[in-house]
Amino acid sequence: MAEGDRRQFFRRVRTTLAGAAAAVAAPAGFTLDTTKVQGAVAREYGARSRYETLKRWITPARFLGSTASWTPLGELNGIITPSSLHYERHHGGVPDIDPASHQFLIHGLVERPLVFSLAQLQRFPITQRICFLECSGNSYTEWRTPSAPSVQRSHGLTSCSEWSGVRLKTLLAEAGVMTEASWVVAEGADGAAMTRSIPLAKCLDDVLVAYAQNGEALRPEQGYPLRLIVPGFEGSINVKWLRRLKIVDQPYYSREETSKYTDLLPDGRAREFTFTMEAKSVITAPSAGMRLSGAGFHEVRGLAWSGRGAITRVEVSADGGEHWQDATLHGPVLPICHTRFTCPWEWDGTPTALLSRCTDETGYVQPTREQLRSVRGDKSFYHYNGIQSWRIGADGTVTNG
Amino acid sequence: MGDARRSSRHDRKRARRRAIVRHWPITLILLTAAVVNTVNADGEHQLFYGLGKAAPADLIARWDIAIGPRGDELPTGHGTAVEGAVLYALQCAYCHGTNGHEGPDPVLVGGRGSLATSSPVLTIGSYWPYATTLFDYINRAMPFVGPGSLKANDVYALSAYLLHANGIVAEDEVMDRDSLPKVQMPNRSGFIPDARPDTGAQQP
Repeated sequence: MAEGDRRQFFRRVRTTLAGAAAAVAAPAGFTLDTTKVQGAVAREYGARSRYETLKRWITPARFLGSTASWTPLGELNGIITPSSLHYERHHGGVPDIDPASHQFLIHGLVERPLVFSLAQLQRFPITQRICFLECSGNSYTEWRTPSAPSVQRSHGLTSCSEWSGVRLKTLLAEAGVMTEASWVVAEGADGAAMTRSIPLAKCLDDVLVAYAQNGEALRPEQGYPLRLIVPGFEGSINVKWLRRLKIVDQPYYSREETSKYTDLLPDGRAREFTFTMEAKSVITAPSAGMRLSGAGFHEVRGLAWSGRGAITRVEVSADGGEHWQDATLHGPVLPICHTRFTCPWEWDGTPTALLSRCTDETGYVQPTREQLRSVRGDKSFYHYNGIQSWRIGADGTVTNG
Repeated sequence: MGDARRSSRHDRKRARRRAIVRHWPITLILLTAAVVNTVNADGEHQLFYGLGKAAPADLIARWDIAIGPRGDELPTGHGTAVEGAVLYALQCAYCHGTNGHEGPDPVLVGGRGSLATSSPVLTIGSYWPYATTLFDYINRAMPFVGPGSLKANDVYALSAYLLHANGIVAEDEVMDRDSLPKVQMPNRSGFIPDARPDTGAQQP
């Protein structure tokens, strides 16, 4: 072999080896022509690109089994939240449940107390729906002073998924609900044995006993292997790791519907069983923590949702609420579901504030923070759905306020 | 006319469903778990599937831990604040403070009369409407590091202790399945129904 050929041969070997290595991981600072090498092989369970680092933000807590993680709404698109980024709120950690031994009990005021395995539940006719979940504590920071540093930390306790499972009314018919029944107590198999009372009428309407999220089995942190989906109702009532429903004749006033998830009013009384999450919208981009690269065209993008039905209108103001213009709603526009809106905006480079407000199919208009505080005072914590304002600085910085 | 015909057909189907429900064992034998066609109260097609098993009584007994305001599900057992004080120091004070109001975790004691002030303190004594909730929650979820580990007597004693610390029951008052549901909580009438929509932000 001539010296030139040998050199060429070894160069080829080196290139091939480098390419093989790069299919797994290219060295930092080394750009590879991906059209000149074979890529990675197929994998049995997918993962995102190694360049993607978007993650939930976890509320610091002494016991991390009782905390929340917030969806990074500012960087997501579409109406379906990736399961891995769906917000979480746990009260006793995420249990590790073997689906083969999981039992689901329906008892109380029924003709036939029944226990189901997961396999038996999956034999019932399947149904599915896309709907949002929202923790009733979402945006709690905004009651007193708009202060969350990002849309993730102000509004990230809402996410939207497709849920599949059995209609609860089908299972209740199977058990035979007695005429004196009026409420259902739902209980989870977690360390908090999370318990909530739900009106029977809602259970006979649109509640799902779900075992799938976005097409695959529920994530452990979303209730694997079984959870309730109670469309439009506050998040905590969508009991995860569902193991039991007791049919009863009155609400049971669990800790999670008395001590927590109630709304203290200025006169010292408190509202109980404030189930429905009212219409709410937020501009996800540009939003606090982001920075505009310069004056000129920017598309204002956001999400709107309502626990009472479909979003019919979203308006955007680019001058702090003086003037409003209709945003474009991007289909599908589904009831009780995140809805995408956009609005073109020509920024002149001067300080201003961006706001959005939505209207749902009942005619309800998202209130201002002042309207909410004038009725409910400033000691409330849950069920905040006020209009959010993002302040744009002359340098393009976006802040809350 | 058409409506009358349809409604009588619905009535017949409804009657059939009622009969199926009432004579459940016979139905099961006759149909050997075959799917049954019925019409539900909304006039919707409703199937009956015969899936699931009759729930064993011991499973129901073991899991029936949610305590309603009547206290129907309360177990036998009893305890007083004196007994509860020791347990509280061992099991609860680490998170809720020596006297139930030092934290770091939720304040359990005090706050009476604070709800309408600018600094409301929401505790068992100032806020909780039912004493049964106390047994229910301690029994199912506390202590945080060992949920469900307390015996019925312990839970009654801790309930008694926290009620006494809030000035609601006497130190020697025995809490059990009869007495606990009868405890009158100070904020029993402090809750009102959901009044939303309440902001007047409604389109005509």
